[in-house]
Amino acid sequence: MGFTLAVGTFLQHLINGLTLGAIYGLIAIGYTMVYGIIRMINFAHGEIYMIGAFIAVTTFTLLLGAGVTSVPLALVIVLAVSCGFTAVYGWSIERVAYRPLRTAPKLAPFISAIGMSIVLQNFVMLTQGARSKSLPPVMTGGITLWRDGDFSLGVTNIQLFIILLTVALMTGFTLVINRTALGRAQRACEQDRTMAALLGINVDRTISLTFVLGAGLAAVAGVMVTLYYGVIDFYIGFLAGMKAFTAAVLGGIGSLPGAMLGGLLIGLIEAFFSGYVSSAYKDVAAFSILILVLVVRPSGLLGRPDIEKV
Amino acid sequence: MSTEPLLDVQGLTMRFGGLLAVDHVDLTAERNRITALIGPNGAGKTTIFNCLTGFYKPTAGRLLLRHPVRGPIELQKLKGFGVARTGVVRTFQNIRLFPSMTVLENLLVAQHQALMPQSAFSFAGLLNLKGWRAAEDAAVETARDWLRRLDLLAVADEAAGNLSYGMQRRVEIARAMSTNPLLLCLDEPAAGLNPRETRALAELLVGIRVEHGIGILLIEHDMGLVMDISDRIFVVDHGARIAAGTPAEIRNDEGVIKAYLGEPDADEATTGTESP
Amino acid sequence: MAAPASPSIPFARNLREAGIAAAIAMALAIPFLGLRTVNLDQGLVVQANLRYVPLAGLVVFLGRLVLGLLAAPLRRAVAPLAGLKPPAGAQRLRPYGGPLLILAAAVLPFLPFANRYVIDLGTTALIYILLATGLNITVGLAGLLDLGFAAFYAIGAYTCALTTTQLHWGFWPALAAGGLASSLFAVLLSLPILRLRGDYLAIVTLGFGEITRIVILNWQSLTGGPNGVSGIARPTLFGLTFDRRAPEGGHTFAEMTGIAYAPEQRLIFLYLVILALTALAAYTVGRLRRLPIGRAWEALREDEIACRSLGINPTMVKVSAYATGALMGGLAGCVFAARQGFVSPESFGFMESATILAIVVLGGMGSQAGVIIAALFIVVLPELARSFADYRMLAFGLAMILIMIWKPGGLLSGRTPTITLSARKAKSMAEATS
Repeated sequence: MGFTLAVGTFLQHLINGLTLGAIYGLIAIGYTMVYGIIRMINFAHGEIYMIGAFIAVTTFTLLLGAGVTSVPLALVIVLAVSCGFTAVYGWSIERVAYRPLRTAPKLAPFISAIGMSIVLQNFVMLTQGARSKSLPPVMTGGITLWRDGDFSLGVTNIQLFIILLTVALMTGFTLVINRTALGRAQRACEQDRTMAALLGINVDRTISLTFVLGAGLAAVAGVMVTLYYGVIDFYIGFLAGMKAFTAAVLGGIGSLPGAMLGGLLIGLIEAFFSGYVSSAYKDVAAFSILILVLVVRPSGLLGRPDIEKV
Repeated sequence: MSTEPLLDVQGLTMRFGGLLAVDHVDLTAERNRITALIGPNGAGKTTIFNCLTGFYKPTAGRLLLRHPVRGPIELQKLKGFGVARTGVVRTFQNIRLFPSMTVLENLLVAQHQALMPQSAFSFAGLLNLKGWRAAEDAAVETARDWLRRLDLLAVADEAAGNLSYGMQRRVEIARAMSTNPLLLCLDEPAAGLNPRETRALAELLVGIRVEHGIGILLIEHDMGLVMDISDRIFVVDHGARIAAGTPAEIRNDEGVIKAYLGEPDADEATTGTESP
Repeated sequence: MAAPASPSIPFARNLREAGIAAAIAMALAIPFLGLRTVNLDQGLVVQANLRYVPLAGLVVFLGRLVLGLLAAPLRRAVAPLAGLKPPAGAQRLRPYGGPLLILAAAVLPFLPFANRYVIDLGTTALIYILLATGLNITVGLAGLLDLGFAAFYAIGAYTCALTTTQLHWGFWPALAAGGLASSLFAVLLSLPILRLRGDYLAIVTLGFGEITRIVILNWQSLTGGPNGVSGIARPTLFGLTFDRRAPEGGHTFAEMTGIAYAPEQRLIFLYLVILALTALAAYTVGRLRRLPIGRAWEALREDEIACRSLGINPTMVKVSAYATGALMGGLAGCVFAARQGFVSPESFGFMESATILAIVVLGGMGSQAGVIIAALFIVVLPELARSFADYRMLAFGLAMILIMIWKPGGLLSGRTPTITLSARKAKSMAEATS
């Protein structure tokens, strides 16, 4: 009895961790892609995700007001609207705050990104108010996998939706990077931007599209979080961004599968550590594991080792 | 040679994964002598250098330095910076200066090992004590001497990164010499120099090896320079040593000619070495 | 293209670009300016203020148009200024700049307009200058990006808080303990991670910063958790306190000097303490740059491999840079704790680290004068913008972006050599002739 309960609890933490990890992973891809192509920590990426979440809340509220009751229809509309607008934000941020600094010393775009992060947070706070926004549950119900007395192990529909959508997006995304002209251009720019330009690749457009794609994925994560927790505020981007960035580095920054793996690991560490040890120290656990991994593998789990050229 | 060589390399082997980059190479370098290491591109010369100067840990082999004060030292057991502290100091194929620091500052950084204790690990320096000031003056004079020898006095206060290529090469040599080395390892010092600069380099190397009683180990593709100034030449190809000897011996070595020119065609004379 | 437009950009093209910018601005405005979610009792509703959308478009259109038309003439007007060098006399005055500045700062609290508010602001600015001076060693000189510098600030502050409240130490020994504890912490933390390069190092420092904050927040029994520590000892002058009434067995400044008690005296004294510490730190860094250790820091920033080839142990150089920077961060933390009389974890979050880093980068990495200017900017600007209340952080973020675009190397980006042969030559000749 005790044993099965223990297994059940374990599985429940696993499911929660996977859900959280999927969200971190989607945000982490934006960090890792931007880093891969312009070697810059896009510190404002967490705010992009926050913007995606806000647009999702606005759109949901509008749809509810308009009397749309079909959940799948609402989800499709919200995802489309949120991704669309958030992508415009991603594009504009690169154009305004980073592109003029393409040849600047390494830290200049980073400071510009911190500035952008402050701007976006305050912009959202001023236009939408500082109070948190909560949404009535959009998706309810779930599947009970197993029941034993008071204890039940289940996957909610939202969790299922998050995990499945993430898997689908990751598959599609891998195809885009590996098979399409855009993906080729992107990988070429990662290797050598000057050479790529000489070969006729429009570097500016490739970088812009990278930001657009990253923003789109962050918006999906924003929609997911809105559904999952139902409460957001203008400050959520900071912590999520930091976790996702940690995830990207843990997986090996610049590596797409690495970002996903890192996201999952951070999600799982958080879920298990809060479940079994202490929820107050869950972030300490995540960062400690990151540090341990980097000490052993300085380029992250799936990152290409950085060979020192003498 | 009556004395034992300064550096004695035996069975140096370096393997990167499945790639055998250096295969049981034996090598010696002596004081007051210029030893050249030549071979076609990709033969493993720079890898040998990286092992000698502590940047790579060799897979196998013994690198013995006969230090006049510290006695015999096995270099392969030291960390990178530890090798430099024994007096084996190198330059780089792609010049590595401290680009935004001035030429003089570059030469003072090179004297860090001596200056650090003289500044009492910064404490005497912070108080600007007399002993420290004297030590710093001496270091500046050492730097000034080398700048004069390499004709760099006029640019002493320029940022090193703003100098011409030829000047940067000279700064790198001056910086290495400021450490007061035992064995100076130069990785393609003539690359990118014009003929006049190359001649000046040759004179300089011949001069300092005697005046300062140091050994010079040289990787170089300019065969004219190598043949002119080397006392002894080692040839490597595909990671293995294929010949060793005086310039005259190497010039006529069948194996070397083959390595450089490929298999000779039927009746084409193979008299042409790369000597101009 | 981001490249500057050619001088004779046709008006039509300008118009078209302004049009595109306006269209994008309107798209950006719709979900935030145009639609506003409002919390009501019955739940969330969306209010439409769609008139803001074309307004945003119009503003951006005009702004982009004016910028496009003025960019070329403006650049032509500014171009000759770039070639200007400060007059030769300015170079000779340079050594006096520091002392003059310190003197000016020292008389500030005694000037007629210096009320509590001004002195307090001055103290805050000086704390940031001291913090940024410390971080400047790590980031500006040694080139090691540190995103968790607030951890050292926190350790200094909590060491001071705990030694004075739990062990009943006075301010001065607590100050020394705070600086040393920070420094020691830096050595312990940096040793395992020095193998990491660049951005990996940066994320690990960020992690350490967060770990420190979370541990302080949750170690209730020691740190009081979110409630913080209060009752921290105030600085004393040779054992004299700045209270109205002397503590048991002690004396007050007012009693011993015969100067009438005034509550500002303590503020002024604290201001002078942090000024002295900051001046000492700036002087020390200035000297260290001219010593082997400082040159090794800079050399490490320029090329670590070349450093190794010259027998320099990169680990020692890095650890010393971290430790020296952390020492100053710890001292600043102590002064901060003593000023507030209270510390809590929320003062040491990531935004604090980012602000200190922003001071270093905005000022121009490695430049002490830059640190001072940028710290004043960062502390004073939000205060000046206080009348805009809600908009001040927005303006602050925008200013950070604009300054970086305007001067990517920071406000004072030039590097001054630590030694020049020409100056030495002049000196030795002067000695010879005398």
